[in-house]
Amino acid sequence: MTAPAAAPVRKAMRDAFGEAIVRLAETDDRIVVLTADLAESIRVHHFAGRFPDRFFQMGISEQDMIGTAAGLALTGFIPFATTFAVFAASRANEQVRLAVCYNRANVKIAVSHGGLSVGEDGATHQALEDLAAMRALPHMTVVSPADALETERATAAIAALDGPAYLRLGRTPTPIITRPDTPFVLGKGHVMRGGRDVTVVATGTMVHVALGAARLLEAFGVDARVINIHTIKPLDVPLLERAARETGAIVTVEEHNVIGGLAGAVSESLARAHPVPVEFVGIQDVFGESGKPDELWKKYGLTPERVAEAARRAMDHRDRLGRV
Amino acid sequence: MALLQSFTQIALDRAAAQIRRDVIIQCVANGSGHPGGALGAAEIIAALYFRVLRHDPARPDWPERDRFVLSNGHICAALYSAMARTGYFPPEELLTFRRLGTRLQGHPARVDLPGIETSAGPLGQGLSVANGMVLGLRLRRLDSRVYCLVGDGELQEGQIWEAAMTAAQYRLGRVCLVVSDNGLQIDGEVERIMNVRPIADRLRAFGWHTLDIDGHNLAQVLAAFEAFQRTTETPTAIVARTVMGKGVSFMENLAEWHGKAPSREQAVRALREMPEGFAPDLWTGDTQ
Repeated sequence: MTAPAAAPVRKAMRDAFGEAIVRLAETDDRIVVLTADLAESIRVHHFAGRFPDRFFQMGISEQDMIGTAAGLALTGFIPFATTFAVFAASRANEQVRLAVCYNRANVKIAVSHGGLSVGEDGATHQALEDLAAMRALPHMTVVSPADALETERATAAIAALDGPAYLRLGRTPTPIITRPDTPFVLGKGHVMRGGRDVTVVATGTMVHVALGAARLLEAFGVDARVINIHTIKPLDVPLLERAARETGAIVTVEEHNVIGGLAGAVSESLARAHPVPVEFVGIQDVFGESGKPDELWKKYGLTPERVAEAARRAMDHRDRLGRV
Repeated sequence: MALLQSFTQIALDRAAAQIRRDVIIQCVANGSGHPGGALGAAEIIAALYFRVLRHDPARPDWPERDRFVLSNGHICAALYSAMARTGYFPPEELLTFRRLGTRLQGHPARVDLPGIETSAGPLGQGLSVANGMVLGLRLRRLDSRVYCLVGDGELQEGQIWEAAMTAAQYRLGRVCLVVSDNGLQIDGEVERIMNVRPIADRLRAFGWHTLDIDGHNLAQVLAAFEAFQRTTETPTAIVARTVMGKGVSFMENLAEWHGKAPSREQAVRALREMPEGFAPDLWTGDTQ
């Protein structure tokens, strides 16, 4: 929003998804929804009430749900299979691999409870490896929107895409930081804030934290660029390469293990395109635990302060190497 | 409204024999493959492709077609034979089976070969996909049916039973599960490894209409499919007793033939003792 210092409007991504999928289904009768006993949790109970014939309650059986969704896709529908991130990306991983990706079935996997912000339910339900697992599958598009507004647009974008997609949503209300006129194109990152000294690349809920870090850095005279990578795959390599070239130091921020997610994607691409120091802010290869989302973000280092420190480290590293 | 095409005139026992010869030839020609289960499913697949399925090999994407989902994808040599011999692709292409660049992958790949309804291989997944197809066809108000073949060992996969619940819950009368019940899996006898019997009783308890048949008796196979087609509100499972390696004396009932190709000498011997198909053999003794 234009006045970030004021308390921004907060809304949960899953609420935005639940509303968006109903709107999309009103004009496209190919859209159907499946869920594995989590209709209300991912807010598709609205869809179920509005389109009962196009809603499939599959019970607690995520593997069967993914296969069934593939069958629906192979008869011309656009199924949205909904559950928690951990149950789709981990438990049903092989079904996603075979029935969805290898088939190139037009299935959309829309999941809530991505990341630590699941909160009190603890480590079992906090997906911290889903982006890595989904990103490694050929043909899969992986989307992690920054807020509720972007979630609406991401939902429409993956519905229009012909092919598999994974949409990762958070559970708790988070600030709206994009605007209705913010460009949204799958595979294209968005510069949320210009800057010359360092680039903070973030995805999902962490874009908000990255903007907070940029404000902290500004107080110390550091001009930080903030890029929202809402599409982890395909990755916007040209935008990242330009940031690497122009600022020479990168920080990645994600509510995910630093292995294989945003950190992995960005480093892999920059290693080839334009190598520069990259610092990883994320979960340092451990499981989460119970707690309030804010407490967990603090404990696991997902705060503006820690991101700002990582930015300094990246800049120091760059300067030691004598590069710009 | 079965499409009247030349393949529907071929006697089914000759079609099954042709599939068996093609299975042996595909495996020996590339030196690998899964002949045992494929030989055991020859009558089931012959009945489907040469009689039962409403399909048009010239239009593999015809929306109103019946679908065949091969869940135990490793026996695809039998499916490839049936597809080639009904006109999906030239029979000569069977000799590319499992070779670099082939459309006839070691396990079926939907994107590579038109007519493959879903990729398969990792066991236990086909019935879920078949159910989804039936749900989709029902939403489209098409009366097509979906046939799904699984092995008995495959019933050890939990997803099969998730899907069995789904088919009953959604009253998927247009889904037909065929279990090729040969009693064997890679490590030996199914009953000793992890028993799945009594298969029909278990599926009935899940709400299915079931039929027990001899999977090599074509009259019983056809009668079972007709009984399925008369069933409207309940999913049907046909438990077909089959013999792994059926038709080749030295392969029958031996789990070692699950995933091993015959040698050149063994293939020659197998072809010599099997009945003739309806077309000349694609291979007459040369390998590689």
